[in-house]
Amino acid sequence: MTYRLIWRKAVNAAMLGLSGLCALAAVSVLLFILGYLAWHGGRALNWDFFTKLPKPVGEAGGGMANAIVGSAKLLLLASLIGVPIGFFGGVYLAEFGGRTFPFLVRYTTDLLNGVPSIVIGIFAYGIVVLRMRHFSTFAGAVALGLMMVPATLRSTEDFLRLVPRPLREGAMALGASKWKTIATVVIPAAYRGVLTAVLLALARVAGETAPLLFTAFSNRFWSPGWNQPTASLPVMIYTYAIAPYEDWHRQAWAAGLVLLGLVLATNVIARTVLSRRVSVPRT
Amino acid sequence: MKVIRSLAVLGLLVAPGGSAKGQSFGPILVNGAGATFPYPIYSKWFDEYHKLHPNIQINYQSVGSGAGIRQLLSGTVDFGASDGPMSDEQLAQAKVKVLHFPTVLGADVPTYNIPGVAQELKFTPEALAGIFLGTITKWNDPAIAGANPGVTLPAKDIVVVHRSDGSGTTYIWTDYLSKVSEGWKKKVGKGTSVNWPVGLGGKGNEGVAGLVKQTPNSLGYVELIYAIQNNLPYGRVRNSAGAFVKADLAGVSAAAAGAAKSMPDDFRVSITNPPGNSVYPIASFTWLLVPASIQDGNKKAVLKEFLRWMLTEGQKYAEPLACARLPREVVEKELKAIAQIH
Amino acid sequence: MATAPIAVRHGHPSRGPRALLQRLRSGDEAAHLITALFAGSVILITSLLVYELWANSVLSRHRFGWSFLFSRVWDPVFEQFGALPFIYGTLVTSAVALLIAVPVGLGAAIFLAELAPPRLSDGLAFVIDLLAAVPSVIYGLMAIFTLVPLLRERVEPGLGALFGFLPLFQGPAYGVGFLAGGLVLAVMVLPFIISVSREMLLAVPGDQREAALALGATRWEATWKVAVPFARAGILGSIFLALARALGETMAVTMVIGNNPQISASLFAPGYSIAAVIANEFSEATGDLYLHALIELGLVLFFLTFILNGLARLLILLTTQRGTAHE
Repeated sequence: MTYRLIWRKAVNAAMLGLSGLCALAAVSVLLFILGYLAWHGGRALNWDFFTKLPKPVGEAGGGMANAIVGSAKLLLLASLIGVPIGFFGGVYLAEFGGRTFPFLVRYTTDLLNGVPSIVIGIFAYGIVVLRMRHFSTFAGAVALGLMMVPATLRSTEDFLRLVPRPLREGAMALGASKWKTIATVVIPAAYRGVLTAVLLALARVAGETAPLLFTAFSNRFWSPGWNQPTASLPVMIYTYAIAPYEDWHRQAWAAGLVLLGLVLATNVIARTVLSRRVSVPRT
Repeated sequence: MKVIRSLAVLGLLVAPGGSAKGQSFGPILVNGAGATFPYPIYSKWFDEYHKLHPNIQINYQSVGSGAGIRQLLSGTVDFGASDGPMSDEQLAQAKVKVLHFPTVLGADVPTYNIPGVAQELKFTPEALAGIFLGTITKWNDPAIAGANPGVTLPAKDIVVVHRSDGSGTTYIWTDYLSKVSEGWKKKVGKGTSVNWPVGLGGKGNEGVAGLVKQTPNSLGYVELIYAIQNNLPYGRVRNSAGAFVKADLAGVSAAAAGAAKSMPDDFRVSITNPPGNSVYPIASFTWLLVPASIQDGNKKAVLKEFLRWMLTEGQKYAEPLACARLPREVVEKELKAIAQIH
Repeated sequence: MATAPIAVRHGHPSRGPRALLQRLRSGDEAAHLITALFAGSVILITSLLVYELWANSVLSRHRFGWSFLFSRVWDPVFEQFGALPFIYGTLVTSAVALLIAVPVGLGAAIFLAELAPPRLSDGLAFVIDLLAAVPSVIYGLMAIFTLVPLLRERVEPGLGALFGFLPLFQGPAYGVGFLAGGLVLAVMVLPFIISVSREMLLAVPGDQREAALALGATRWEATWKVAVPFARAGILGSIFLALARALGETMAVTMVIGNNPQISASLFAPGYSIAAVIANEFSEATGDLYLHALIELGLVLFFLTFILNGLARLLILLTTQRGTAHE
């Protein structure tokens, strides 16, 4: 064996080992985050956290019940806003043709996808909050819904395109009109992939804080309806984390654990249960 | 279709309460935003008031005085709160006239975290201005050491901490520095948000207190209550009579006493660096900013009632939370001013 | 259900409202129209967004013009606004992030694509995709209580002692600052680089690698000298994507960057990024010029990410067209 060969083999072993270390590092970061949050958050979780409203500064106890419900309401309304636009837009792109219009739609969707979340927040503030003259759950939902549109639209288009042509042609051969084919044959064939993508988009916006800062604002009380400011988990985490009160830090950990748990659970469910036989879109 | 139906049911379930207008049965929600300093006492007040009137919810977010003023001017909140009075330009921007109502008195204190130094430090106005201008960089600088004989200060860099958000606390601090230092006045000036020559930015009093607590050799300015609640050491400041005064309720009340007699009608007054032997020089009123004309009948009634309660019953909560009560003359003047809200 | 065809033949209205209504009756046209409306609303919304950003920054654009991009002063009291400290902070933290995330990410991707048995590779890739799902505010929360003290007490003093002759590592150790921001961003963009690079590497046709191995290359050489260059465009695209993501990242950076609009050569110094200053100061900008200056910053950020995203998509497109593997 020449020296050169020995050298090359050594480099081979070293670099491959190094690459393994990199992979290990990446995975262990996630495990570290999970473990740390579970440890600190778990200790802070109690029944109060899920059922009580926040207490005044300095008083112990109190919880984030309104933030949990607030986040749920925001996400529900955001889906109602974002999913139809994304879904039907995707149907259009996949099923109906054209040159310039679909190109424009795809281009602006990509543009929207790249807009930083804080800029979406500014936009929602301008068109909703200022016009309505108050912060509201609705404004927050508009911001979050807009963020869901690009992912939903592109995934819908991609998964609809994946449905094989023979399936469509068979339906049409049996006399179904185009829209009937789409509604009863194509969409059901693709719904799993679309649902996966929608769930992933939902999980992504569930953790967004920046757009909510100037739209949903926050609330120490319950927020009835859609017209009032509302507390939400990410905003509470942010507010409590940068404060100096130990009790608030404790609650921030608990909220972080709850939020991360929900987001990761959604991701795992979407990626495993729903996407068997379907390839999963990248975030 | 089943999906749509269940969604509709869900929507109806989650949308109770109706609007705040006209219904006296549902909860009346009033939104306010602003100063972080009085957050401990405001949150106590709104909580107590809610206990007394369970259908009234006053939601106050401590986002900083600057944000409070801005949101009030935009009309996105029902009332604001600020440690620094609105300037003439800001008042001119308002669509409706804005009334200032002093609530309590507070003080900005220089809080520090120097490992190994347990004694209370004394600060001269020149030292404070120099530190925040960046001309004094080390703890053992003569300007600081001179006022603190007997204390061994380390030869470490001073980590300056200030506010990153628009803050009335900043307003009070920079107002004081502008009065005691020509250099500061020319270079930086006073405001809720200034161009800081040096330092780290923390969000809210909470953020600054948090940063000082976590960062060795740091110096920041916070409201008295935050220093007390977080067990941060804070120093004495030399007042215009030459005495080194530690911020406490007596010193703050003394600072206000002079202003009480000559309080202007709109309650906008600065009481930093006043004359007097026992006054604490960096004290200030903090104000609730309420529009003089409010459309919503319910919210108007709530605000007027709350103000009345705050000036009479509410003042007793001030001292346990390290805020000084308002002088009697000011309270009487304010009670009369409530009538201006129509 | 259909209208009598006779009416159509008689009048021959192939245009006009009656024809439209008739075509709508057949569900196809209705479906076409409805879905087109939804698709069109995306164009509308995005245009409105750009318009709002442009229109609501007019005061600042007219006052400062192009010098806005080069001015270092951010002074709300004297109403002088300049974007340079924020652009600097955004770029520096992103650069630090990439410097760390690209080698580590590429290394991990190589391991996953070349070395690991398929099931392990899929499993680990799954876990790493979960890392991408962690919300930004949670990264920030973790960073405040773990990363910042670590930097302040061990890492920055250590770096200062070892490399203090470089201006990069001088100055007091606050914990928060450019380095903290860059490190948090590195962790946040890592999953993107790994995931995309892994797919690009997996898409390299087997015969390329086999040819190299047949010529006597070690596995590493086959990977580094053959597979990686083949997937180069896609990997580069993933880096651009990661960069675009890093530029717009708000919460985690705001919580650890120190919030001081200054330009400093030292990584230990506190700084500010565009997204962070907007998050901190937007809701309180009293004075229209101040507000417009902040929105102009948003516009700058928007353009930066827009250009980068375009480049990224272009590069990834180039790869998937060249490669023979399909989705």
